[in-house]
Amino acid sequence: MRLNPDGPWTDANAPHGDVVLSSRVRLARNIAGFPFVSRTSTAQCHEILNLARQIVVNANLSDDLIWIDLEQTTEQERQLLVERHLISKNLAENVENRAAAILDHERLSIMVNEEDHLRMQALGPGLQIEPVFDRINQIDDLIESHIDYAFSSRWGYLTACPTNVGTGIRLSVMMHLPALKITGEIERVRRAAKELHLAVRGYYGEGSESAGDFYQISNQVTLGRTEADLRQHFRDAIIPQIIEYERQSRQMLCRRNGVLLDDRAHRALGILRSARLLGVEEAMKLLSRVRLGVCLERLDGIDQGVVNQLFLQVQPAHLRLLTDTELADDELREARANLVRHALGEH
Amino acid sequence: MRCDYCDNPAVVHETTVKNGVTKQVHLCEEHAREAGIVLPGQSSPQKIQQVLNQFVISKSAPGKRATKKSCPTCDMTFADFRHGSMLGCADCYETFEKELTPIIERSQNAGTHHVGKAPQRAGVSIDRQHQIRQLIKELDDAVAAEQYERAAALRDKLRTLEVSFPPTPANEPTET
Repeated sequence: MRLNPDGPWTDANAPHGDVVLSSRVRLARNIAGFPFVSRTSTAQCHEILNLARQIVVNANLSDDLIWIDLEQTTEQERQLLVERHLISKNLAENVENRAAAILDHERLSIMVNEEDHLRMQALGPGLQIEPVFDRINQIDDLIESHIDYAFSSRWGYLTACPTNVGTGIRLSVMMHLPALKITGEIERVRRAAKELHLAVRGYYGEGSESAGDFYQISNQVTLGRTEADLRQHFRDAIIPQIIEYERQSRQMLCRRNGVLLDDRAHRALGILRSARLLGVEEAMKLLSRVRLGVCLERLDGIDQGVVNQLFLQVQPAHLRLLTDTELADDELREARANLVRHALGEH
Repeated sequence: MRCDYCDNPAVVHETTVKNGVTKQVHLCEEHAREAGIVLPGQSSPQKIQQVLNQFVISKSAPGKRATKKSCPTCDMTFADFRHGSMLGCADCYETFEKELTPIIERSQNAGTHHVGKAPQRAGVSIDRQHQIRQLIKELDDAVAAEQYERAAALRDKLRTLEVSFPPTPANEPTET
């Protein structure tokens, strides 16, 4: 399994790319006539897998489709897919009769037998909910023309967990909010998000800390509102407000104590350009400071796209892919430091 | 954690392991009292283990409270759902509609009916139902915002949709 080491969503020129790293739309669907995954027998699970493969492979969804039977993959390959947000941790850990299809040059993936029979998601760089939604909706229509989904007129698309029932849609954006973190205002964002029925998660999804000052914001309400209504509210009301709030905080920090910001960014860059051993958490923390400096044009000669890619490439499975060796955990720190030094222009 | 028998918060939690089988019981105040469990502040203390054992036995005996409704398709009980947060199959939504409705309403910010996309195969009637529900919601919003012209237009649209339903025996005009 070979994937491009650069992420498909690391483009620095994407809409609102200074604050939003990527947008994602996920749909949860189940096939009528089968129990939900947690209640299926091994034979039924296998049958769903075969059915899904037949449909996904034959439905002409994309000309670059890669079908991955997870039982046939190594732990490192699965980890790579998790780091690229193409499959969930849950799918990577329970591989029997599980599969994933990767399409559109890694901008789209379909997980089979995750929490629901089918979980399909499209990704894009920056804030672009609409094209990402349109693509996944098209895929949904194509799949739906071949099978019956579990659906009821009252509850909509029936999902294993009732928190996804209805549209089965999860809109999410990965936001870089270092200024809100520095000012402590991120807690206000969290509280406001809770009141607005939004979930705030970290870089690695559910239960993860906000590594690199990244926050994944997503809708929690999936029932009683149309997809268009949910998107409009998310795209035009919620996310632009958080973007604006972060930008204002960045400007406020520049005005109040620009030297401190410069110091943080330059020190971080200095360490990243000199370190011989680098842990993943430290790398994420320092890269976040550098990214903020680059976005505010206070650091010269660093490409934001390179920094965006580094957030991905410093992850363990990516390092192993890039170095093409089976690195032991302690060797990873050295490989990480080498990679970062090289990418940021060694001093 | 919610009570195994209703939607109230559980105040009594008990885990028993017998012959290698783990059983968990979570009860609200009312159901705990019904099971004879004495809660703090009440008189006549009894051993909680003894009472819980009685309760577990009484649950398997026939009776109004003792019947454990299970999904005819996948055999899941509502207590199973409580413990795992996952339903067993599509039919569980119908089987446990009464129990699920308040839970879903709470987690879905009062959303009670689907108004979004429907599979083409589900038929045109569902689309129409969604459209009507959406129009009713918009009509309510328009009235609340005192946008009467908009409300009138929405009402006309609703009438068009409703009259376009094919007549059924129940609403066919009868000759007098």
